[in-house]
Amino acid sequence: MHQTFDAALEINLLHANQEGADHNRAHFDEWGITCFNIMSSPGAGKTALLERTLAALTNEFKIAVIEGDMTTELDADRLRQYHVPVIAINTGRSCHLDSKMVSGGIHRFAHEYNPSEFDLVLVENVGNLVCPAEFEVGEHTKIALLSITEGEDKPLKYPVMFQAADCLLITKMDLAPHLDVDVNQIVANVRQMNPHVKIISVSAKTGEGLNVWFDWIRSQIQPNH
Amino acid sequence: MHETDMTKALILTVRDWWESQPKPPEISHIHLIVGQFTCVEPASLQFAFEVQTRNTFLEGATLLIRETPLIAFCHCCQQDYHPEIGVQYACPTCRSPMEDIRSGRELKIDRIEYAVSEKPEYNKVTV
Ligand SMILES: Nc1nc2c(ncn2[C@@H]2O[C@H](COP(=O)(O)OP(=O)(O)OP(=O)(O)O)[C@@H](O)[C@H]2O)c(=O)[nH]1
Ligand SMILES: [Mg+2]
Ligand SMILES: [Zn+2]
Repeated sequence: MHQTFDAALEINLLHANQEGADHNRAHFDEWGITCFNIMSSPGAGKTALLERTLAALTNEFKIAVIEGDMTTELDADRLRQYHVPVIAINTGRSCHLDSKMVSGGIHRFAHEYNPSEFDLVLVENVGNLVCPAEFEVGEHTKIALLSITEGEDKPLKYPVMFQAADCLLITKMDLAPHLDVDVNQIVANVRQMNPHVKIISVSAKTGEGLNVWFDWIRSQIQPNH
Repeated sequence: MHETDMTKALILTVRDWWESQPKPPEISHIHLIVGQFTCVEPASLQFAFEVQTRNTFLEGATLLIRETPLIAFCHCCQQDYHPEIGVQYACPTCRSPMEDIRSGRELKIDRIEYAVSEKPEYNKVTV
């Protein structure tokens, strides 16, 4: 004999990831660290931007990088040349970082370094315009990159990431003269769904706009430091 | 590909509940709510669920997904509207940007249907 029942659960599917993210953020707060989660499609220029950022700001701030990559350590090796701690996380078949992977990374970091000395942790997420947006890792700030070669319509087609971003960097501006892309249209499309996002146009190649980006970073660093 | 991870999260969450029951029930249906303004594709989730529950306590359970539409509230017009995903997110009446999402971001396990067999329990001492 069977009796059937119904149980109301009403549990968010991302509940466990969210708890992990809150745990990571609590660590960052305790250490006085500001954490950025940097997301974009593959090749939009995340690592190039980080190289420029490390080159410019390591005298001013103590910075560490968490580098998410599906299989290689290529990006991590590029960034180690700037003499900052780079924690590489191979995500394997997973196309995004989640809070548990990052938790492993920050505990490793805290074991090898004195985290209270640090001001900023930059997390380079796996290149992917879709999934990383749903998985918080403990960041204070979400940074989305869109290179101008990707086209004006991408924010409309992949809205979740652009809607959640605190700062949007429109990258590879040096290529604008070679393309039929309307940067104002990119801005308008993003503003439709995210009116308050900070938008900065940059080129890691020529350096255009980078000072605006650096000033914005300065404005985000936790003051208790 | 993240549907695999979502399914893993789903299975782990249901397992926690399942293990917390006095007698492990036989789960027949899981009702899931998936908003249209998420990165989750119901068909992929359905497929991942079938693959990943094979030979587990959820083998044979049915996943029922209810999609909720994207609905935003326009503060200017004081009314709800349905943004057109992929095309237009601003309010169609006054062009104000989408700010207040009322529906469409859900990703949750709503409820579970299960059966408990009423066979006598041999491990209990009957007087
Ligand atoms: N012209 C130009 N090329 C750039 C710029 N920034 C990056 N690139 C090039 O774009 C390519 C990808 O850059 P990466 O920095 O590796 O991009 P990524 O987002 O880190 O890529 P993944 O980590 O693989 O997702 C490289 O060939 C870079 O040299 C830029 O500002 N201008
Ligand atoms: Mg990279
Ligand atoms: Zn309106």
